[in-house]
Amino acid sequence: MLQWLPENVSTYGQSVDNLFYAIYYLTLIVFILVMGTLIFFLIKYRHQEGKKADYIEGSTTLEIVWTAATTVIVFVLAMFSYPQWNNIKSPTQFPENPDVVVQVSGKQFNWDMTYPGPDNEFGTDDDLELENELHVPMDAVVHIRLTSVDVIHSFFVPQLRLKQDALPNRFINVWFEATKAGRYEIPCAELCGFGHSGMLGYLNVHTQADYDAWVQERWPQ
Amino acid sequence: MHDNEHTEHHHEESFISKYIFSLDHKTIGKQFLIYGLIMFFVGGGLALLFRWQLAYPDQPLPIIGASQQYIDDGEVVTGADRMWERIYDSDKEEWLEVNMPSGVITPEFYNMLFTMHATIMVFFVVVPILVGAFGNFLIPLMIGTRDMAFPILNMLSFWLAVLAAIVMVLGFFVPGGHASAGWTGYAPLSADPQWTGVEWGLNLWAISLLLQGFSSLVGSINYITTIINMRAPGMTFFRMPLVIWSLFIVAILLLLAFPVLSSALALLIFDRLAGTTFFSATAEGGGDPLLWQHLFWFFGHPEVYILILPGMGIASELIAVFSRKPIFGYRSMVYAMIAIAFLGWIVWGHHMFQSGMRPGLGSIFMTTTMLIAVPSAIKTFNWMGTMFRGSIRFTTPMLHGIAFVSMFVIGGLSGIYMANTPVDIFIHDTYYIVAHIHYVVFGGSLFAIFGGIIFWFPKMYGRYMNDVLAKIHFWLTFIAFNCTFFPMHILGVGGHMRRISNPQQYEFLQGFEGMNIFITMSAFTLGFAQLILVFNFFWSMYKGKVAEQNPWQVNTLEWEAPTPVPHGNFGQIPTVHRGPYEYSVPGEESDWIPQAQPEHAPATSGD
Repeated sequence: MLQWLPENVSTYGQSVDNLFYAIYYLTLIVFILVMGTLIFFLIKYRHQEGKKADYIEGSTTLEIVWTAATTVIVFVLAMFSYPQWNNIKSPTQFPENPDVVVQVSGKQFNWDMTYPGPDNEFGTDDDLELENELHVPMDAVVHIRLTSVDVIHSFFVPQLRLKQDALPNRFINVWFEATKAGRYEIPCAELCGFGHSGMLGYLNVHTQADYDAWVQERWPQ
Repeated sequence: MHDNEHTEHHHEESFISKYIFSLDHKTIGKQFLIYGLIMFFVGGGLALLFRWQLAYPDQPLPIIGASQQYIDDGEVVTGADRMWERIYDSDKEEWLEVNMPSGVITPEFYNMLFTMHATIMVFFVVVPILVGAFGNFLIPLMIGTRDMAFPILNMLSFWLAVLAAIVMVLGFFVPGGHASAGWTGYAPLSADPQWTGVEWGLNLWAISLLLQGFSSLVGSINYITTIINMRAPGMTFFRMPLVIWSLFIVAILLLLAFPVLSSALALLIFDRLAGTTFFSATAEGGGDPLLWQHLFWFFGHPEVYILILPGMGIASELIAVFSRKPIFGYRSMVYAMIAIAFLGWIVWGHHMFQSGMRPGLGSIFMTTTMLIAVPSAIKTFNWMGTMFRGSIRFTTPMLHGIAFVSMFVIGGLSGIYMANTPVDIFIHDTYYIVAHIHYVVFGGSLFAIFGGIIFWFPKMYGRYMNDVLAKIHFWLTFIAFNCTFFPMHILGVGGHMRRISNPQQYEFLQGFEGMNIFITMSAFTLGFAQLILVFNFFWSMYKGKVAEQNPWQVNTLEWEAPTPVPHGNFGQIPTVHRGPYEYSVPGEESDWIPQAQPEHAPATSGD
């Protein structure tokens, strides 16, 4: 089933996929065991003439066993998940000194990208605004300042394994480092009105040389 | 004393007081059941409409849609073309023209369809049937009393629900269309008409849910009072059938959860009509869209357990009765339900992992959410323990009970993926969650509802439902259900977002066209299979085989009452001598001992 996952092109995507696979195999095994036992019981203990059911009211030992076992499994799973989650979403743990900072703003029904320009400050004359086109270099840390001007949108790049809601009047920071050049879609993942379906931007990941050329073209020195 | 008064005043009633404004809990239960079944068809029909759009984006609907020739060059070919020509020629803006020009679903209409599908299924189908119908019908009968504690409140609860349904259905026909901000109604999209173009539709949506909230509130007070105060002599709490336990716990959840939704809806109405800014984040207003999400899900997650707990209760009855065995670990089943109900209050944040809520909270909510796996596992293993070394009768209600357990296992396991915050980043708001919710609420609750209807039908209407039709309905539903919803997991893994009307607009979703068509075909099969159930239901009401008093040989008290159950239920209130699941007791001749049967009770469970 997991071969349907889109190709991963971010540095942390693999850790998400690993957890995905771990849970997949865990649940698959539980599913097969439970369903197998259930079907076995259904066949073995079907009603047969002259055979009465056994009067069994329960078993405290078994109750304790499966309560404890399930508790341990979920805690172990949670333990492995905290660091990955914090790594992707906790601003305090983001890689410092990003190579690129871009503000992405959702607006019915577009993604507005704002580059701070060479002075690295938003709200100055050298800012560059692009509609639905995000350009970043590969193998570089990108910080996104996510916001919205109207309703809630959700910034989703399937190949990066990144999704974050964009809220009006709030700035939420996310980061990624893309590992492969290419053009990827940025759909909106949160219902935002009649144009929600088809609200689509593009993430253009360039090699460093291409990116430098793009910067040169935009901000000629 | 109260009991005697009741029976003595029993006299001939007029048609209106007997069938319409009835105070009898059984009639009110049946009214809720038929109400739920009617709304089930409204909600299901909406789903089929948007499934068409997903499989064949922007193509005209079959039968009512115009032909391609008519769309291309105006040439009338089919009867539908003639209809469309009339609609276009009229000066009035007709409803069909606004929502489905030439039979093609517009994006606005699409948003309205899925919003109303979920709203109707959650608030007007599953809760009214599970809580309204089964709760009303079963509680007094199974605890051994003559009626609910407050019969007039009970009637009020039903008629408030009818009023709510009328207001909700009216919303389809107001200018601007019905609510289209999702059943979750996230602000600011829902809080200001400028973002959706929906004016009164969304107001009516909120008003209708407020009314439905009052209906549930009134009902839950009644259930709690009745269960605490009116149990038959000997019916201790730990001799109550599990379905009564589940309804008791659900009534408490409803009592505590619905006021939260009601207050959120009231604030939403103020935002929309009075210019307040509770949920909109304008610089001058100072509200917060996340406040809505917190309030909605603080209600919404207990609501999810309101949808599933009575299903668990019904499944427990079915599995014990048809395995002819005591429920395995009766007390741990009760404690597990209480644990689920309690945990339900501290997991709401898992709906908001990607919402911008502080990431640290995400970790806490992940932990509490994954803990729900524990009571869920306890329940599943206990159901299997009940079947272990049983003598399983594969009656149609039992098939539904087994389907409930297996579908609940899938729905439970798929929940672990989404509870896991890093994995949720990817599958949040994709078809994965759509698959999950349908495995729990359709695969779980609805199979329990179907099984419960067939199981208690003989007590409700004095007749059996036709078993051949019921079996055909079961197998068609079971297969079509899995064909509809299982592939949605795969769509979710592929990143297919929910609530998009046209997946073909996205390059990374191009490979899923065939799967969407397959899902739609299965969904139509699933929809048509439900016609069998409804036909069987109404046909059997009048033409079904007459049932004896206790056709399934069940221990619980409702089967002590004569069939059809008279006003006041029991000739004499039964006295309870043992727990509800004394099946196949060693040394006994028969494999069941009714709770009310006096003599030689062997040492049993329950105190």
